[in-house]
Amino acid sequence: MAVDAREQVYLGDDIPSYCLDLNHRSFEELFRRYQFDGVIHLGRISSSQLTRMRRYNANVLGTQKLLDLSHKYGIHRVIVLSTFHVYGAMAYNPALIDESAPMKSAGLSADLVDSVELENLANIYLWRYPELNIAILRPCNIVGPSVRNTMSKLLTSQRAPVLAGFSPMMQFIHIDDMADAIVLAYKKSARGVFNVAPDDWVAYQKALELCGCARIPVPSIPPVVPRLILRTLRQQSFPEHLVDFFKYPVVIDGRAFANEFGFQPKRPLKEIFRFYRDNKTPL
Amino acid sequence: MRLASFLKSRLVPRELDEHINRIRKPIGTLGYDPWGYNNETIKYGLSLAKLLYEKYFRVEARGVDHIPAEGPVLIVGNHSGQIPIDGVLIGYALASRQKSPRIPRAMIERFFPTVPWLGNFLNEVGAVLGDPVNCARMLANNEAIIVFPEGVRGSGKLYRDRYKLQRFGSGFMHLAMKHNATIVPVGVVGCEETIPAIANIKPLAKTLGLPYAPLAMPVVLPAKVHLNFGPPMYFDGYDISEVQISERVEQVKSEIDRLIDKGLKERERLF
Repeated sequence: MAVDAREQVYLGDDIPSYCLDLNHRSFEELFRRYQFDGVIHLGRISSSQLTRMRRYNANVLGTQKLLDLSHKYGIHRVIVLSTFHVYGAMAYNPALIDESAPMKSAGLSADLVDSVELENLANIYLWRYPELNIAILRPCNIVGPSVRNTMSKLLTSQRAPVLAGFSPMMQFIHIDDMADAIVLAYKKSARGVFNVAPDDWVAYQKALELCGCARIPVPSIPPVVPRLILRTLRQQSFPEHLVDFFKYPVVIDGRAFANEFGFQPKRPLKEIFRFYRDNKTPL
Repeated sequence: MRLASFLKSRLVPRELDEHINRIRKPIGTLGYDPWGYNNETIKYGLSLAKLLYEKYFRVEARGVDHIPAEGPVLIVGNHSGQIPIDGVLIGYALASRQKSPRIPRAMIERFFPTVPWLGNFLNEVGAVLGDPVNCARMLANNEAIIVFPEGVRGSGKLYRDRYKLQRFGSGFMHLAMKHNATIVPVGVVGCEETIPAIANIKPLAKTLGLPYAPLAMPVVLPAKVHLNFGPPMYFDGYDISEVQISERVEQVKSEIDRLIDKGLKERERLF
């Protein structure tokens, strides 16, 4: 059974799908009716969608409601999809950031506070209700067919902005590999926080080149200039609050997840970028 | 012919290209590693370093084979000359050796990643933000890392203080002990004379956000450089006090001092 707060998603005739706010009273009715075994919480509204307040309500308060109901109705496996954005992008980031690194993004951008809050909340429930068996996944950039996040939109476009003189290392995971990762995580009841990323890396500008995107340089120094430009342009595909992710690397270490769940991504970077190069039409 | 191929054919000597290809650096499918090292950019970097090493600074290196062929290594040297030419020359000496060449990593100041183009270029030729976590991960990855425990105290010192070792940080010793890394000391002679500084303009440095602003001639002088690598040093990883760690740091410092003296005695002329 699927629930999305933004739209009703068609997942085939066999899978009931609802468009429902997690904070709505009728949401509990679904728990009563379907007697779920587990919950996979994918519906994090990304930092470039909706307003800050609506995102907070959906991501933080909605998650709290979901976890409360999961506890009340005896759910025994919960997967929470987070993001590598919680680590924050800054010049002093080391590479191969592991799960114990502090989540600095809340201090760097108010637009990422809800992402960190969602994680904190899931962490509290993880320790308070061990029987929920919560696993929090922090994937790198999820890309591939039908993905509509910031990075996927950039790779799809004919022309993509870059910060002049900066090409940070990035990681990409194919949507199908991410789906496999979620299934693997669901099948094993290991609790904890896990980065999900392949052992492969590429510089942002090289990724754009391989996707056939023309690069549009945005002046990068002093740091206030690109922020001012992006604030003025209000480009959803290159939002101001994510600008540092296009300047400094946030390279995560996915080995703990790979070892714990036996995960091995199947789609190499070249295949991912070939898809974008061959499909240069807006999704 | 694409521009990149044309430039490569003009700028990268074929034997250097083949030499680098023989070094099996652990990289991803697109030629990068997690710290931004790129197997193609390094060829341009080493081509430039070759000119500097062989023609401009006419480097004489002794004992480079003391660096083990594999496993985690910290190459610890004295820092001098305002800009990190010493790191480039040590790196080239190891990368170009005939027997078991390695491409070492260098830890750089925290200021560099904020500089457009330069920060990325340094990453692509193997330099890495000087962070203990980075250093630890690279040692776990069996990398050879060039370390200057004096930091900016060494590189930014004035000409009148040349060849006087400044205070050594102890971070490298902690990391070597924890990751069972070999320490290879190196004494660098000649880089002090490349950019002799007579004063440090501190207000200017503060305004520009730089660690120092030397008052010096705006040229890099072609001083002859001597690199003397010492025998490898091994330190066990037992849990010992900071005082004992400081003693071990002093042991490495004394060895570097000895290697500097050796280089100064060998040197017949400055240029």
